[in-house]
Amino acid sequence: MLTFTIRRLILSVPTLLFISLVIFLLLHLAPGDPMAQVPLTVPPEVKEKMRVALGLGEPLHVQYWKWLVQFFWVEPKVLIDWLTRDSLVLGWLPDTALYQGELRNISWQTRGPVMDLVVQSLPQTMWVVGMAYVVGVLIALPIGIYSAYRQYSVFDQSGTFITMIGFSIPPFFTGPLVIVIFAVQLGWLPSTYDTMHAVVDWDSFTVQLRQMVLPVMVLAFQTTAQISRYMRSAMLDNLNQDYVRTARAKGLREFVVVMVHVLRNSMIPVITVIALGIPSIFGGAIITENVFGVNGLGYQLLIALFANDIPTVMTLTFIFAILIVAFNLIADVLYGVLDPRIRYD
Amino acid sequence: MTERSAPRSRWADVWQQFKRHRGAVFGGGFLVFITLFVVLGPYIWTVDPQKIDIRNRDMRPIWTALWDGSAKIGWHRPLGSDQLGRDALANLIEGGRASMAVGWAAMVLSLIIGTTIGVLAGFFKRLDFWLMRLTDLALSLPILPLLLVAVTLFRQPLRSGFGPEMGMFVLIVGVVAITSWMQTARIVRGDVLALKEREFILAARSIGTTDRQIITRHLLPNVMSPIMVSATLGLATAIITESALSFLGVGFPSDFPTWGKLLADGVLRMEDYPERVLLPGIAISLTVLSVNYLGDGLRDALDPRIRDR
Repeated sequence: MLTFTIRRLILSVPTLLFISLVIFLLLHLAPGDPMAQVPLTVPPEVKEKMRVALGLGEPLHVQYWKWLVQFFWVEPKVLIDWLTRDSLVLGWLPDTALYQGELRNISWQTRGPVMDLVVQSLPQTMWVVGMAYVVGVLIALPIGIYSAYRQYSVFDQSGTFITMIGFSIPPFFTGPLVIVIFAVQLGWLPSTYDTMHAVVDWDSFTVQLRQMVLPVMVLAFQTTAQISRYMRSAMLDNLNQDYVRTARAKGLREFVVVMVHVLRNSMIPVITVIALGIPSIFGGAIITENVFGVNGLGYQLLIALFANDIPTVMTLTFIFAILIVAFNLIADVLYGVLDPRIRYD
Repeated sequence: MTERSAPRSRWADVWQQFKRHRGAVFGGGFLVFITLFVVLGPYIWTVDPQKIDIRNRDMRPIWTALWDGSAKIGWHRPLGSDQLGRDALANLIEGGRASMAVGWAAMVLSLIIGTTIGVLAGFFKRLDFWLMRLTDLALSLPILPLLLVAVTLFRQPLRSGFGPEMGMFVLIVGVVAITSWMQTARIVRGDVLALKEREFILAARSIGTTDRQIITRHLLPNVMSPIMVSATLGLATAIITESALSFLGVGFPSDFPTWGKLLADGVLRMEDYPERVLLPGIAISLTVLSVNYLGDGLRDALDPRIRDR
């Protein structure tokens, strides 16, 4: 198992390199000119100097190499420095001071390092997306279990129908819909997400909870639809197995049979699906963040895209890619760990 | 199976099973209806969707009169009009044409790419490793961010090349197809790998059939059913992706309605005019829902293990 994990980890390096190359080429071979916003009164030789200052004068492979160095060498050094200097967990370690003022990946909008932007917006995305996923899974599992146990009952049929709706209604429709219903007509919840809100006491905590309800609801709806579907079919696969009959024959209570014997076996594929679904929900988060104004990664990506801020777009897209590759890896490894019948070696 | 009297063709069996899935029949029916609605609509409802009519602006749908007697309604604008007086029904039809056209074109293109790669990978051992690695790599690309990037960056040259609407159409169909062929390729490869070892392929090879003829005459007809199922999924994904891009403001130009664009335009004033969000949103959702149900029914009907149960 360990060898498999290590092999997958090593394999993910060329995958990530390839993805970064695709994003890089897409951004740099695209016919847009980053200097297009510069006024026409600026003389051409000054423009040329600005171009060189932005690093656009170099050949493509040099630019790509420099980006790689910045992302995989300079930024980790900054991170380690921060960990040993300011963080709570590792702050007791001596300050490493690895970062010696090399050029970091600079956003053209904020004129600051892109990674600072990421550090600011990643927690927002993680809070909303992570919460939505947890809520979605917690709702989905009981629904899936019960609809499999009572297959073709009214509950199962209506569950199937609602799942189909969850698959079909896109988040950019459910988002405005819940805003109209819960924020405008009923006035129960705020329609936008206030990113600057700080939780200091109980009251501000409830405000935070209330503003998280709508985005979490929209994202969780999709998750619930998918996961409960998988849970149902995994339960159905197991309910007709011989070991279930054995368990019933030896006089176990029905609750124990279903919730212990069948559920534990059915969870194996479902946990993999849960891990595999996390990247796709980040995609959905781009839309949800824009509907509710959550200042997360997807929101930043869209702003950077419209501002023609190539370094930020490059880095943010690549971070999405890292998340996808990481969770695929986790899903593969989890599958092997949970199911003793599966041996990769 | 033996007591059946008359022999029936495979497709009659499939139809028998398909008819039993009520959701799939409804889904198929609705898909036909909505397709006819957008194809024939402009010939029946002949109002120009682009015509600006300031006198008749901000009208409500006629059913608003049921609870609000003072609402501005009229039978010449059955679904109301927007802030420039453009007819909502005509726009819904026109937007549907664009959304459905993008959906069908992207689905067909991604099926062609996926099937080609799948068949090549399954049939030729030399290509298998590299094509499947390519598929794995493509599966780990962040699709929506890349779509956003590609559409934003390549918008200008394609617009000047094909004209504003056609250029955007080519671009969106292209990028959606390029990012959604992977599932089809995987399924087709798996089926081709299994079929290739069967006796009828050996028989065909022994009488001197060329690789090309084996693929077109023997393999492709046998992988039709998984292709059809992934076609329905592809259609749903393509419609949603196009609408999402339009919603985020990187889709078609502003005077060219699609369902996603109408929805995005309606969001700004949805407190006063909720129907401007609801109508296109319901159109997208119902179309995708019917396509998903159709796919569900097709999967059941085309799977011989489930049939006759």
